[in-house]
Amino acid sequence: MDRIITAVIAIIGVPLVLLGYIYAGEWVIERLPARVQVWIRPYFWALPAIGFATVFMVYPLLRTVVLSFRNGADTQWIGWDNYVYFFTFPDTLTSLRNSLLWLVFYTLFAVGLGLIIAILLDRVRYEQIAKIAIFLPVPISAVAASIIWKFMFDYQPPGTVQTGTLNALLGSFGAQPVAWLVNSTTNNAALIFVGIWSITGFCMVIISASLKSISTEVLEAARIDGANEFEIIRLIVTPLLWPTITVVGTTMIINALKTFDIVFVLTSGAYDTDVIATQMFRQLANAHYGRAAAVGVVLFVAIVPLLVVNIRRFQQQEEQR
Amino acid sequence: MSSARVETRRETARVSTAADALGSWGRQLQRLPLHLVIIIFVAIWIVPTIGLIVNSFRSVGDMNQAGWWTTLFPPHSFTFASYQQVLDTENVVPSIFNSILITVPATVIQLAIATMGAYAFAWMKFPGKDIFFIVIVGLMVVPIQMTLIPVLKIFQLTGLAGTFIAVWLAHSGYGLPFEVFLLRNYLGGLPREIFESAEVDGAGHAVRFLRIAVPMTVPAIASLTIFVFLGVWNDLLVSLTYLGSSPNRPFTVVITQLVTSLGGGWQFLTAAAVLQMSLPLAVFIFLQRYFVRGITSGSVKG
Repeated sequence: MDRIITAVIAIIGVPLVLLGYIYAGEWVIERLPARVQVWIRPYFWALPAIGFATVFMVYPLLRTVVLSFRNGADTQWIGWDNYVYFFTFPDTLTSLRNSLLWLVFYTLFAVGLGLIIAILLDRVRYEQIAKIAIFLPVPISAVAASIIWKFMFDYQPPGTVQTGTLNALLGSFGAQPVAWLVNSTTNNAALIFVGIWSITGFCMVIISASLKSISTEVLEAARIDGANEFEIIRLIVTPLLWPTITVVGTTMIINALKTFDIVFVLTSGAYDTDVIATQMFRQLANAHYGRAAAVGVVLFVAIVPLLVVNIRRFQQQEEQR
Repeated sequence: MSSARVETRRETARVSTAADALGSWGRQLQRLPLHLVIIIFVAIWIVPTIGLIVNSFRSVGDMNQAGWWTTLFPPHSFTFASYQQVLDTENVVPSIFNSILITVPATVIQLAIATMGAYAFAWMKFPGKDIFFIVIVGLMVVPIQMTLIPVLKIFQLTGLAGTFIAVWLAHSGYGLPFEVFLLRNYLGGLPREIFESAEVDGAGHAVRFLRIAVPMTVPAIASLTIFVFLGVWNDLLVSLTYLGSSPNRPFTVVITQLVTSLGGGWQFLTAAAVLQMSLPLAVFIFLQRYFVRGITSGSVKG
């Protein structure tokens, strides 16, 4: 009960506190000399946002870098030991390999399928309804999606009734059932596919919006010149969509590197399915803070190039404003 | 002569319509592979969810004996047993309330702060503004994992670990960069004249923000609210780290802990998954337009 009261206080209280902050702050600022006003007001307005970003992102980021060079209890400098551990221990190397698999295949298929489905649906009358079907998994949490796919991948020993959809399908073709999530040749692919299934609708919606903005006159002109549909897609549509594809692609790369939920729920990283994020969480749960921090830094370093790309793109957009 | 010409013209007319009819049939036939491919894609994307929903209404015994598709043919034997079992499982009902008590305040807090910050970045000049903003753009892609340990330590030191306040604050901190970025672009696109004339009329920044900026930003805030709300509702990692085994942990964490601890006999969790995803699906179905607009306007989010 008192938790509900806390929540209600937060819902009503926080906007009220902010209103109070704005009115009280402005009341004070308006009584200051004009020159001070101009100087101090913007910081006053941006302070809550900058404060939150500093406490929850900038400071922890720097602190994690420091922690990665310290021992588990944070009492001693141990140089590169945590990194040496990360790059030599077989389990962590497996997680690194799997994250690379996620990076390549998740990104490629999510963007590729999003593009293909957007182009295909552009050509039929039932586009809207089909789009809803493809997009449906996007709002579903990774936890629920994992349970959905636990049933799809369900495996019973050969000879018994297969209740998993995929193995029943295999059985109807006379094939042997596959232990999708245990077998180390299929489990990473299976997990990555769940990720792709969850996000393709997102890619499709963005690519489709940009597809609709291509003028039909250009396409008509190409058709009159005798180009077939495949040439039109390859030589006209895809190049025009390229900026959108790169934006979606970078988002997917970041998603792939951060992947945690699906792996954690479906296999908990067992049977060689660990990725960087689950590896890090395990180190953290075992209070190996130094090692966990080093894993985090590796993840961050992998994302830095994308961070630079994002900032560049932002600066270009700013120049066009 | 002339009648013969008319005749042939009629003839060609008839032939051409016949050819047209044949052509359109031919074209439809040519398009058959297109329709087939689309139907296959739609099936792959929709069947797993239908399977889960169907299974959630079957008894665990039935689930172990035959696939979900068998129930689609008579005799159907639907039951709410799994839902009953889920709701009777320890911690489940409180955790559903926890999810609401975490999600709503976390959403309100971050959007309120983000809107205010975005106003400063859109309509005020100050030294260091560009650098601050570039840092915010950079922070949008920083993985949450980079912050978990130090923030956890802050919460342990301040006694906030395991409380709602911890996750409200953490979610707000993680969500802010993207929200400030998006709202600043939206606010910055509002016509300058409106703010200038309000300033001439003697309206201070408080009035300009609350009476002009906020009402005009409602469409952007609305789309963003949906996303932030669902993001927090669906979150696992943040709550798992800062709430762990606390009685305040949300539904996603409890489901995950049940899945990993049960081993066998987890089948009744189909009902839990359906309950967990019913809210996001309802939001998506009823607020589709905002949903899609939100995605296409903020496609940079990682």
